[in-house]
Amino acid sequence: MQEIRFHGRGGQGAVIGSELLAHAFFLEDRYVQAFPSFGVERRGAPVTAFCRIDDGPIHLRNQIYTPDHVVVLDASLLQTVGVTEGLKPDGTVLINGRQPASTYGSLLGPGFRVFAVDAAGVAVRHRLGSPSNPIVNTAIVGAFARATGLLSVSSVEQAIEAYVPRKKAENRRAAREAFDAVRSA
Amino acid sequence: MRQVIKGNHAVSQGVRLARVKVISAYPITPQTTIVEELSEMCARGQLDSRYIKVESEHSAMAAVIGSASAGVRSFTATSSQGLLLMHEVLHWAAGSRLPIVLTNVNRAVAPGWNIWADQTDSLAQRDTGWIQIYAESNQEVLDNVLMAYRLAETVMLPVMLAYDAFFLSHTSEVVDVPEPAEADAFLPAFTPPFRLDLENPRMFGGMVGPDMYYEQRYAQHQDALRAADVYREICREFDEAFGRKYDLVETYRTEDAELVVATAGTVTSVSRIAVDRLREEGWKVGLLKLRMIRPVPRRHWQKALGGVEKVVVIDRNLSPGLGGVLASEVRSALHAAEAAPQVFAAVAGLGGRDVTPEDVAGIVRACREAERPGDEPLFWGLKTGEPEPAMEDGRHAE
Repeated sequence: MQEIRFHGRGGQGAVIGSELLAHAFFLEDRYVQAFPSFGVERRGAPVTAFCRIDDGPIHLRNQIYTPDHVVVLDASLLQTVGVTEGLKPDGTVLINGRQPASTYGSLLGPGFRVFAVDAAGVAVRHRLGSPSNPIVNTAIVGAFARATGLLSVSSVEQAIEAYVPRKKAENRRAAREAFDAVRSA
Repeated sequence: MRQVIKGNHAVSQGVRLARVKVISAYPITPQTTIVEELSEMCARGQLDSRYIKVESEHSAMAAVIGSASAGVRSFTATSSQGLLLMHEVLHWAAGSRLPIVLTNVNRAVAPGWNIWADQTDSLAQRDTGWIQIYAESNQEVLDNVLMAYRLAETVMLPVMLAYDAFFLSHTSEVVDVPEPAEADAFLPAFTPPFRLDLENPRMFGGMVGPDMYYEQRYAQHQDALRAADVYREICREFDEAFGRKYDLVETYRTEDAELVVATAGTVTSVSRIAVDRLREEGWKVGLLKLRMIRPVPRRHWQKALGGVEKVVVIDRNLSPGLGGVLASEVRSALHAAEAAPQVFAAVAGLGGRDVTPEDVAGIVRACREAERPGDEPLFWGLKTGEPEPAMEDGRHAE
């Protein structure tokens, strides 16, 4: 089983991001589960969302405490939220931010595989959300496919086509661009 | 077709496939996205149903009592405080023998204000005459809707389907959504045995005096009991139609079990993992999934637990002054059984607190060590402060 935890801020699309990722894995014939951090979401406040992937039915129902991968939709959360809490050794941290991955890597300390992509820049170029509040989830899920190698970017594109209600083409292109642009530390 | 959907949408899809004719709902918290999606289906013409928005949950139930009395398939959905507000009319629906289906997302009762998973809300309705069935996955949630209408319309009693808030309601997972033709073959259109009909007038809800009321209630009780065997047959037919197996009670690895965990809802799902782990440690542990709570499938619980030494009931609910409701129900059901197992009671996960496989294993280990059940349930995971230092004579300092 692979467990993935999303960190974002209310309004950035972390919950939809986790659902989109689950859909993409589902298209590769995996069993999936996606759920928000249960509770009340407020715009701008830190939120978490979760995704589980397995080869058989998933009976686990609790929140994810020891993820294999962490996706951070807002680099400013690195200072305020323990994004690597419980993360397995050698676990992936994928960050939306403008700094090189090595900068975030030294902030988080050793023992993780750190990746960075300017998903906000990608989203703005494709007119997803507004420049001050870009919707970065489709871009970051595209980058996730490259960073982890767990699924193909074409599955992400197909999931966007099937699942994202608006701006399908723009979201698909954003996912592909972020897939190409993501870099490791 | 296999899709990735939330528990709430699994209900909406089930209601669409059941070709429900009247949906009535109060749309404000603690309502869920079930009725939001249904209202969209009605607006888009995907569901040929009359959608009635009302001003309270009490009115929502009253409205479907009206439509079901007119002989049409009717649905409503609610949660926690909303279900509690319906209480009076729930009795009315069951006593009037109306085959309404209601889904209740199990949410804790207030105060404290809490919208998370807890089964106290539906278990508090166990004496209303409604059949109650609990689910552990989104697939089961959808399938239960189709089976519930078959059951309700056969025994002419309403059915309440319960499933955990967030752990199912807001969790997306893979669900095989049947095709309309398949659903139609399994669940044909409803032909009511009686209805409000100007051509054939009858009296509904009239005064029943001491000479008849007792017999009316007894008849209702008999039909509620009959629902257990009728449901088994419906499960068998469902398996034939869709290839998915359900039963009145379901067991997991109980063949040679010395200790069996009994629980309802998503704790069942988590307990499967705990049972596997404890088996790997060499413990003979199994699981009894409590699906139907009303009627109490007494004989079937007794049979499933025959030869077992200890039953550990895990309750995500609390009746203050009693303990967990299901432990009390299981203990009562086993009372007259030959060589009844000891029943241990545990309470866990109230108000949506996580119950992990480690929690279930911990509860099992604690009950396995204990020689006999205590007076009080095991309140697993309860946060307690440091105990006050007691004075020598046992009194606490001022």
